[in-house]
Amino acid sequence: MKLRLLKEFIIEKLIFLSGIASILFVILIFTFLLKEGISFFKEIGLKDFIGGKYWYPISEPERFGILPLILGSLLVTLGAIIIAVPLSIACAFYISEVVQGKAKDILKSGIEMLAAIPSVVLGFIGIVTLVPWMKKVLNLPTGLTALSGSIMLGLMAMPTIISISEDAINAVPKAYKEGALALGATRWQAMYRVVIYAALPGIIAASMLGIGRVIGETMAVMMLSGNAAVIPSTLLEPVRTLTATIAAEMGEAVHGGLHYYSLFAIGIILFVITFMINVIADIFLHRNKK
Amino acid sequence: MRTTTKQKIAFSVLFLSTLMVILPVVFVLGTIIKNGWQGISWEFLTSMPRDGMRQGGIYPAIVGTVYLVSLSIVFSLPIGVMAAIYLNEYARDNLLTRLIRLAIVNLAGVSSVVYGLFGLALFVTFMKFGVSILSGALTLAIMNLPVIITASRESLANVPYQFREVSLSLGLSRWQTIRHSVLPFAIPGILTGAILSLARAAGETAPILFTVAAFYLPKLPASIFDQAMALPYHLYIISTQIPNIAVKTRYATAMVLVGISFTMNIFAVIIRSRLRKKKKW
Repeated sequence: MKLRLLKEFIIEKLIFLSGIASILFVILIFTFLLKEGISFFKEIGLKDFIGGKYWYPISEPERFGILPLILGSLLVTLGAIIIAVPLSIACAFYISEVVQGKAKDILKSGIEMLAAIPSVVLGFIGIVTLVPWMKKVLNLPTGLTALSGSIMLGLMAMPTIISISEDAINAVPKAYKEGALALGATRWQAMYRVVIYAALPGIIAASMLGIGRVIGETMAVMMLSGNAAVIPSTLLEPVRTLTATIAAEMGEAVHGGLHYYSLFAIGIILFVITFMINVIADIFLHRNKK
Repeated sequence: MRTTTKQKIAFSVLFLSTLMVILPVVFVLGTIIKNGWQGISWEFLTSMPRDGMRQGGIYPAIVGTVYLVSLSIVFSLPIGVMAAIYLNEYARDNLLTRLIRLAIVNLAGVSSVVYGLFGLALFVTFMKFGVSILSGALTLAIMNLPVIITASRESLANVPYQFREVSLSLGLSRWQTIRHSVLPFAIPGILTGAILSLARAAGETAPILFTVAAFYLPKLPASIFDQAMALPYHLYIISTQIPNIAVKTRYATAMVLVGISFTMNIFAVIIRSRLRKKKKW
């Protein structure tokens, strides 16, 4: 009997520890990024880092300005969001409100399949199809542009935005829609005059999580967007994102050198950005539930 | 314009948008299968790469990926399931629970390459596991935790509350109740989540870039402290870093990767639909 109580005591403590493990891991991630990144900020101030226009980490003298990388990330993200958000919201409405039966199941599994394709595979398909096609059609010197990255990243953000928007639409009380229909509204009128407003916080949260996913995406964007660390002016130029910089340069950076630490410093910036996006999205999601 | 005409136009627009989401999926999969299946052979799947990966097969990359995801689930499944049990069965609605939820949301949102940095700093450098399967698997395990926790928790929440009440009213302890009256009914859902997380881990490249991945290593890893090749990283290097590789080799590698991911997804879906049929409450 005593043994059983002891066993249960231990198990319940383990369960509690696992419960708080997530908090621990978030703290651990931030601590270790900081541990490696902090020595960089001792050398180069935050202002020169974020505001600096030149990223020449291995030239003499080296320059560590990530403004071009931030703008690269922003530009690719903006493009991806312009492509993904409207299509995804329309798709979410179509799936949850218009189509029914077997077709609905097929569409839903199609979207699940999209979510299941690894990002490196989408990057590869982009290289062999989208990039040469863009080069030819738009008559560019190279097809490796911000736009190529945006298109693929938009595609990758869609499953996230669609499934969370769909949940939000389904969570709208049936009475809202039925009330509108009873007053003589068509299904479409009920949708865009009533349902969309009730589902709006969830749809905003879905879009924010989509943005978070795009900013953090690494492989496809590194393979498709050309990796030129210069301040971009249009979507049709090669750009380099924050994520691609880390992934592409860590292999060459000397362990313990300034370049190595600077990549951790970029990691800190990325962590903070995605953290904020997720917190804000979570606030929207929860407002919806209450 | 009549409202019904408006509705027709609006629904057509929605339909076209949906088509623009679905068609790329068909295109991507179609392209991979069309160009990849010729490259797939028994030899391709089971032999070592030769001639700077231009010839031979992808066997070590497949083995490396299998080792990685298997080891990662060993770490993430117990912690994930116990965390879900805590959240669903023990946690009260207080600040700590809110913090845990927020932490899970954030773990799910952290960029995959940042996980790579974290794995490099903690497992490779600080804990001195080196660039190894162990470091990569631990990194992937933490990355996958949110998926497992969310799926397991949902599965636990779907077990009717009466099951717990009956068990507790018969004098069983809280843990006995969970162990015998809740967990067995949640297993299929937990399994589904676990398999989905495995599928995801198998396709991840950025977290293993600095923690495991070997560029070209035509031998099998001997222990979990060895470097290894991995399928997604292999696809990345043969499609960007190495010129003059037969296109069909690239497609075939992509097809194997997508095939592994899809097989696991289908598996998960089958378990889920079985569960729905079997459910008697």
